[in-house]
Amino acid sequence: MVTSRDDFSIAIRSAFLKKGLKQKFSLLALIVASIILLSIEAINSKSLNFIRSSVKDVIYRTSFIASIPNNSISSVFTKIQNYFEVYEEYEIVKSKLQQLENQKNKINYLKIENDKLKKIIDDTDAYSYESVTTKVLVDKKSPFLKSVILNKGFNSGLKKGMPVLDGSYFVGRITEVNHLSSRTLLINDLNSKIPVLIEPMGYQAIMSGNGDKVALLEFLPKNHQLEVGNLVYTSGTGGIFFPGIPIGKVESIEKKFYIKFFSDLSQLYLVNVITSEPTGNKQ
Amino acid sequence: MVSFRKKYVSRFFGLIPILILFFLVCSDTNFNFEELSFLSFNLIYIVIFYWVLKNPDILGYGFIFLAGVVNDVIIGLPIGVSPITYLILAGFAAYVRYLTVEPSLIYDWVIFVPSIAVTNSVYFYILRIFFDIDVNYIALAVNTSVTILLYPIIGILFNLLSKIIIVRKNV
Repeated sequence: MVTSRDDFSIAIRSAFLKKGLKQKFSLLALIVASIILLSIEAINSKSLNFIRSSVKDVIYRTSFIASIPNNSISSVFTKIQNYFEVYEEYEIVKSKLQQLENQKNKINYLKIENDKLKKIIDDTDAYSYESVTTKVLVDKKSPFLKSVILNKGFNSGLKKGMPVLDGSYFVGRITEVNHLSSRTLLINDLNSKIPVLIEPMGYQAIMSGNGDKVALLEFLPKNHQLEVGNLVYTSGTGGIFFPGIPIGKVESIEKKFYIKFFSDLSQLYLVNVITSEPTGNKQ
Repeated sequence: MVSFRKKYVSRFFGLIPILILFFLVCSDTNFNFEELSFLSFNLIYIVIFYWVLKNPDILGYGFIFLAGVVNDVIIGLPIGVSPITYLILAGFAAYVRYLTVEPSLIYDWVIFVPSIAVTNSVYFYILRIFFDIDVNYIALAVNTSVTILLYPIIGILFNLLSKIIIVRKNV
């Protein structure tokens, strides 16, 4: 018994303290180094942030280069798939275009009417904003954390908290900014909580990511009469985001209400970051 | 000239595990399938466990640490989480290597189960308790299970690679 305990302790000691023939560090030394790194992560100083940003920029660019073969293969597959689907899509697009033409005429009329009414109540245009178009450098598609890395950072005027759109649809917000790159936390991440507005009822709620293709609607008003297909927009509550950015449609799964996003979050390529502040913040 | 070439070819084969590890960590390539999430698995864990168990001189601890740092930066985790988890897994593998007299894939597989369970628990608790980051634990559990199931299959492939490395070294 004593021998087996001795064997156990010798094996533990050998595994964690001994260096192999070509090893430069012992396991224990590296575990301690990792713990030190984790502790440094909590320190927020200018010089440390500068080093962090530079290291991250280098790693993101390296990752982008390393991803080129994989991205090229998947883009070839997508092209082939698109080629086979092109005629079917053409027919759908043709009929949609007809519908849009009809809608456009109606919208033009409503826009003119809206402008006139706005002049009367002396309202500023809450929806005019400046944006920066950026490319998705890396999308690691982690099953636990949903975020993408963008190819623009401080240098292009990006700041933490700025909303990110795919076309005109809301997809996330900036959570980390480096000199030449930034990270966007996607709206389906478990840690994403966004105040939303549900139309046409005007309900306010919180959209909570759950790592899936849909996000959960929380804190809905009591006795609400939500219907499948209702549209969800950012509410702009708290002045964090512009109000009225479309997000998705209401869906019901097992008596719970979810939001099905308009944008496919796994296919992000070019995104727009809104760089101007919401009107409410300026006041 | 021929021996010079042979030397570099054998050295290249010896670098393959490191290249696989850094390619997996750096690139978009992963085995987290969005549509078939129940098939997601963590090849990095298998690479680390297998090669540390087989031959730690091929996949050094320093490289494992560095790969962890790169992984944290790319995934967006606090830097240090992945190095700790990778090194704990490497620690299990090293411990088993010191105890095992006759290595076999089945025995390694059995040991891999508690190793990966402890490693992922540490990963989960560091993120949840120290950094208050929510992690989808069901996805993590599924990922862990599939990784465990796939270990012997990938282990067989790595056995072949290991044989090639040994043959090349001896040429």
